[in-house]
Amino acid sequence: MTSTPKKLAEYAAMLGIWVGLLVMFGLLSQNFLTGATFSSLANRIPSLAVVATGMTLVLIIGGIDLSVGSVLGLCGSVMGVALVNAHLPCWVATLLALGIGLVAGTLNGVISVFFRIPSFIVTLGMLEIARGLAYLSTNSQTKYIGSPVEPMSAPIPGLGISPAFLMALFVIICSQVALSRTVFGRHLVAIGTNEEAVRLAGINPKPAKIAVFALLGLLSGLGGVFHTSRLGSSDPNAGMGLELSAIAAVVIGGTSLMGGRGSVVRTFFGVLIIATLEAGLAQVGASEPTKRVITGIVIVGAVILDAWRHNLNARGFRSLGKRTNP
Amino acid sequence: MENPAPLLQVKGLVKSYNVPVLVDFDFSLRPGEVHALVGSNGAGKSTFARILSGLTLPDGGSMQILGRPYSPRSKREAEDAGVTMVLQELNVIGTLSVAENIFLNCLPRTAGFIRYHVLHEATRRALDRVGLAHVSPSTPASALGMGQQQLVEIAGILARNSRLIILDEPTAALTDPEIEQLFANIRRLQSEGVGIIYISHRMDEIQRIADRITVMRDGRMVATHTATDVIPSQLIREMVGHDLTERNPLDAGPTGGWALQVENLTSADVLHQVSFGVRHGEILGIAGLIGSGRTETLRAIFGADAKDGGEIIVNGQQATINNPQDALRAGIGLVPEDRKHQGLLLPQSILINTTLSTIPGHANRFGWMDSSAEAATTKDFCDRLEVRCSSSGQPVRELSGGNQQKVVIARWLARDCGILLFDEPTRGIDAAAKDTIHQLLRDLAGQSKALVVVSSELLELMAVCDRILVLSRGRITAEFTPSTWTQEKVTQAAFAGYLDTRESKQTT
Repeated sequence: MTSTPKKLAEYAAMLGIWVGLLVMFGLLSQNFLTGATFSSLANRIPSLAVVATGMTLVLIIGGIDLSVGSVLGLCGSVMGVALVNAHLPCWVATLLALGIGLVAGTLNGVISVFFRIPSFIVTLGMLEIARGLAYLSTNSQTKYIGSPVEPMSAPIPGLGISPAFLMALFVIICSQVALSRTVFGRHLVAIGTNEEAVRLAGINPKPAKIAVFALLGLLSGLGGVFHTSRLGSSDPNAGMGLELSAIAAVVIGGTSLMGGRGSVVRTFFGVLIIATLEAGLAQVGASEPTKRVITGIVIVGAVILDAWRHNLNARGFRSLGKRTNP
Repeated sequence: MENPAPLLQVKGLVKSYNVPVLVDFDFSLRPGEVHALVGSNGAGKSTFARILSGLTLPDGGSMQILGRPYSPRSKREAEDAGVTMVLQELNVIGTLSVAENIFLNCLPRTAGFIRYHVLHEATRRALDRVGLAHVSPSTPASALGMGQQQLVEIAGILARNSRLIILDEPTAALTDPEIEQLFANIRRLQSEGVGIIYISHRMDEIQRIADRITVMRDGRMVATHTATDVIPSQLIREMVGHDLTERNPLDAGPTGGWALQVENLTSADVLHQVSFGVRHGEILGIAGLIGSGRTETLRAIFGADAKDGGEIIVNGQQATINNPQDALRAGIGLVPEDRKHQGLLLPQSILINTTLSTIPGHANRFGWMDSSAEAATTKDFCDRLEVRCSSSGQPVRELSGGNQQKVVIARWLARDCGILLFDEPTRGIDAAAKDTIHQLLRDLAGQSKALVVVSSELLELMAVCDRILVLSRGRITAEFTPSTWTQEKVTQAAFAGYLDTRESKQTT
């Protein structure tokens, strides 16, 4: 387990990178460091943040989920259909969206665990299935919803941030606590480190593995609800490519793709960095292709930095071990 | 026979990892000769084979091939000199064709394109030499049986003009007709002047195929015999040597009731109706050659592998054990053979590793971990087992082998398992730490736990066990107590299942 001062130092380092980005864009563009930028940032973040949080847990067990963007799109679409076509109450539509996400995630987990298929493949299939269902359910049309869903993404007067942002923070805090303080979290880290050793220690790894995919499905559903409320309409194309942004945010936060190591709080910093980068580049007038090139460079750079820092730590530890144990 | 120049002449070969593995080892091989190499586990056979085939460098000594100095620094250099080893695990790539497998590192090509007609022509010739003329060169290797795959590998070796072939337990996975085919090929190779070093446990096969037999013990050459002049029991006596110092017979044997009884444990091809019992306070050793079913026995009891039949009785009560969770509930713990891959979470802390099997015991009913209780447990067991570490947060990867093993043991003690299964508890551990582990095993027995210990080191078993069972080809062939065991008798029993492999095959 990482000691508290070390953990704080890591958080501070990521905060530093984020502040550095803000300062850089502030210098490049007069209009960047304004309230408008921050409220648009705060508006974009919740759906990516909750998905990236769930993705962190999936990567920690050594899995991956490529279907999150499609599932988010499907959940948003179902919500739109429920509200606009079926005239269901808003809370029913929301629960329906969350339920669909949970089912999709559970299917991912069950299939990959019981048929021993790599999660990469199963979720690749789910990516297609969920997107197809999103188009089918909406007839490939964007549905305008408007006022019933918008309050969730509107800033709370006097507080300046939306209920969605508060809920995302709540999800992040709960997930981090679950990861570092609960039996579930311990199982995830152990499974991601060495599943065979976990099995031989008398722990059945299957329930935790399924649960973590189910949870990510549920969070993708929540992301769909946030996304729908932000736009005031449901769009079957929503969340296209979100899986890549989410994975990028997670690895920028230093979670290992090999499993066994990761932090939800640092993923949140990864989300901040990605969102700020996108907003900032848009502000300084970078073209869409340029934005993508720069974002790609930042992702790879961040991971190289993390790998280098991690090796350095491991080496430092080893020489320390030698000194205390001659 | 006149005395032809030796194909291979080895003089005074020396190699040691922490302990000496080869000591002044001498060996010679004539062209067209099959020279068998026998010895117990750890006698140095594999090390010698690895040195010959360029996989390991010797510390000293000289080797000559046809009078020229030979000191391969890589597998490639050995192959260039005409020396090749057929490994126990085959090196065949199932998805590639037979032809591609045979010529993998020298595919005939033009500008990077494989010239298939040349390749297949050469392959047909190579296959013909090993009696596989009916196999098409384009067959995927995975479509062939184990025996044919082995022949394909041998064909590949011949195609590269090998003069010296090392076969390490070549018949382990073969059926009787396949063995006959292999032997026919060995004879053909002999007639072509190829020298063969044949490493095997199976005395009957050695006597059939070998011209000379060299016995190894503790890295030395003990004796070389003409195959027709020697009987198996003499070879076994030489493998063991004189009985070394043994432990004083126990003051009093364990008197507790049965902690664990195993009845007719069976697992296809690996275990045949294995039955035994361990009492509280007893250390039961299981001896046997590698591959005799020792590890499989422990894993089947623990539920790590599926079994085909047999009953496990814990403290007089029938226990259904289908997976490790069941074993844990029955109070059985396993310290696995490969501690790095099966036992430990290497990058994680000592604390996480120690409490891995007691997570529920360190959490409240809402699943909240009690980290101070975990720290207390970890400290308690690290102190009791004298784990040398900087803190309980230190990753186990940084610990020495002995201390890593103690962490695995601590995990089961924290769980308070009454029955502990140890698979090679001191493998890769230095002598001092070995002693500590031995002491620990005796202490555990003193606390009336029941222990089953599998080890390749007979002396280790004799030092710690109250009783030794011997497994041979998946069957129990003997049981010894301190007053009846000798290294020779145990070794004899370990080879018993391999003495006449044909007969035992017919009875199964």
